[in-house]
Amino acid sequence: MEGFLTKLALRTWAVLILLFLFIPIILILVYAFNSSNIESWPLPGLSTKWFAATWDDPEIRAALELSLRAGLTATGLALVLGSCAAFAVQRMTFFGRDVVSLLFVLPLALPGIVTGMALNSFFHFNGITLSIWTIVVGHTTFCIVVVYNNVLARLRRTQGSLIEAAMDLGANGFQTFRDITLPLIATAVVAGAMLAFALSFDEVIVTTLVAGAQNTLPLWIFGAVRLGQRLPEVNVVVSFVILVTIVPVAIAARLTGGSGVVRTQAER
Amino acid sequence: MRPPALRLDGVRKSYGHVLAVAGVDLTVEVGEFFTLLGPSGSGKTTLLRLIAGFESPDAGRIELAGHDVTSTPPHLRQTNTVFQDYALFPHMTVGENIGYGLRVKGIAKAERRERVERALNMVRLSGLERRKPNQLSGGQRQRVALARAVVNEPEVLLLDEPLGALDLKLRQEMQLELKRIQKKVGITFVYVTHDQEEALTMSDRMAVLSNGKIEQVGPPDEVYERPATEFVAGFIGISNVLERDGVRFVIRPEKLRMLEEGQEAQRGMNVEPGTVEQVVYVGMSTRYIVRLDRGDQLVAVRQNMDAPGQALRYEGRRVRLAWVPGHTYVLDHQRARSDAAAGD
Repeated sequence: MEGFLTKLALRTWAVLILLFLFIPIILILVYAFNSSNIESWPLPGLSTKWFAATWDDPEIRAALELSLRAGLTATGLALVLGSCAAFAVQRMTFFGRDVVSLLFVLPLALPGIVTGMALNSFFHFNGITLSIWTIVVGHTTFCIVVVYNNVLARLRRTQGSLIEAAMDLGANGFQTFRDITLPLIATAVVAGAMLAFALSFDEVIVTTLVAGAQNTLPLWIFGAVRLGQRLPEVNVVVSFVILVTIVPVAIAARLTGGSGVVRTQAER
Repeated sequence: MRPPALRLDGVRKSYGHVLAVAGVDLTVEVGEFFTLLGPSGSGKTTLLRLIAGFESPDAGRIELAGHDVTSTPPHLRQTNTVFQDYALFPHMTVGENIGYGLRVKGIAKAERRERVERALNMVRLSGLERRKPNQLSGGQRQRVALARAVVNEPEVLLLDEPLGALDLKLRQEMQLELKRIQKKVGITFVYVTHDQEEALTMSDRMAVLSNGKIEQVGPPDEVYERPATEFVAGFIGISNVLERDGVRFVIRPEKLRMLEEGQEAQRGMNVEPGTVEQVVYVGMSTRYIVRLDRGDQLVAVRQNMDAPGQALRYEGRRVRLAWVPGHTYVLDHQRARSDAAAGD
């Protein structure tokens, strides 16, 4: 009997925590379908009119476009730089390797406000105008880490003898990379890229400090909420951001068997 | 005359201050099953990696079939390796694994398929070419690793403790299987192991290594019966080392006769009295650890031919150990033995 009660208590507790975590998010999703522009409960009616309105809004469109462009570019850069860094740290032994490894991960551990401030001063000091490129640089700093972590973890789990076996069988460096290394790390690279994009797409703090007068989607939300304007559209945009970030994170979790994702998300 | 399959000449390799291979000269003939035997840290695996090309020697020369390959990278050497952890490519099927060496060498698909098929047949895994390595048992993976190496018909096949991960029964089965395959394909095998029994049962010739140096090279019976050094005597089998009249010699336990009261030694045998200190039952036979009155400790072995339980009752008994002088082997004096044998 006690076993049953304990189980019941644990289950109830878990459900309560899940509700605590997800009720606000679900509310936003529900309000996105509100037919009125006043948030009241129960909803006066359901409608999808705000979706059309949001989609047609040039300001929101511009923010979305900026978010996508900055996110994709930052992800692309992070993909190349993060993978290369992971290979270097895994394959070579050099003086100060552990320090270098730590430095790579640091941007993710540092508070965003620090990274943002530092970049902001740097750009200012060097007379660089804030633009999409400053956003890309800001986002790349932490996107690299996610790719780096994922690829490095996979490389460490891969048997070193596989590379030797390929060479032993007559494969040159390129063939070994194409036939053995790349297929073995491919899912980790893709997972890293997806996580990187998800992080970039909803980043606010660093972006605020390096975006200047431009609005990414999260910055637009932030501004609209602060002014208390256009809340129906905010709900729609937030729903969209939730979707765009959750899908890659879920795919990445599938690709890496779950573990990598939880850790990198928690560190942020 | 065909050049030897493998020739090492003064090969040395050190890691920092550690000398892993301390000047090795070795010749392995074509078609030989040659074993490198030694305890862990004796340099046998390093030696194998030097032959494969994963490491390059600090000094010395490595020849494969008469060609100097000392500075040839591994992918251009006519060697193939069966790795201790098998190193099967997890994303490829069994067939793709075995065919990989042929594929990167640009061998046409039809011929590739035929050779893979033959290799699978040889290791008795026909019909499994579509499986992935993680769907195989340990013994099957071992066979795939072997097939993947043999299919390329290398000058020398290198095997790095390939049976280490298998259980005893499977290991003994695979020992016979490896020997059978080696005879059939006629490829030169260089086999690394720390298991002296494996070395004795499988090799045509073997080298015993210690601290990066070769202690002795020879056929198994010679190495066992006539160990060149005390290390070899101690590492292979149980050995009793005695010193009498300034001469150090080895007596194998099975050559010692344990006499009880009333039993007489045969003419010409050396006899020394002692006490049984410990009895170790090992199933087929029993080991008696005897302290001689002169202070030395010897191990004698007897088949368990008596009724069960008899062997253990010997503990503490007074016995005499007898041996034929010709069955001993004098250490550090290779020639002394033939003298002793002549007087036998």
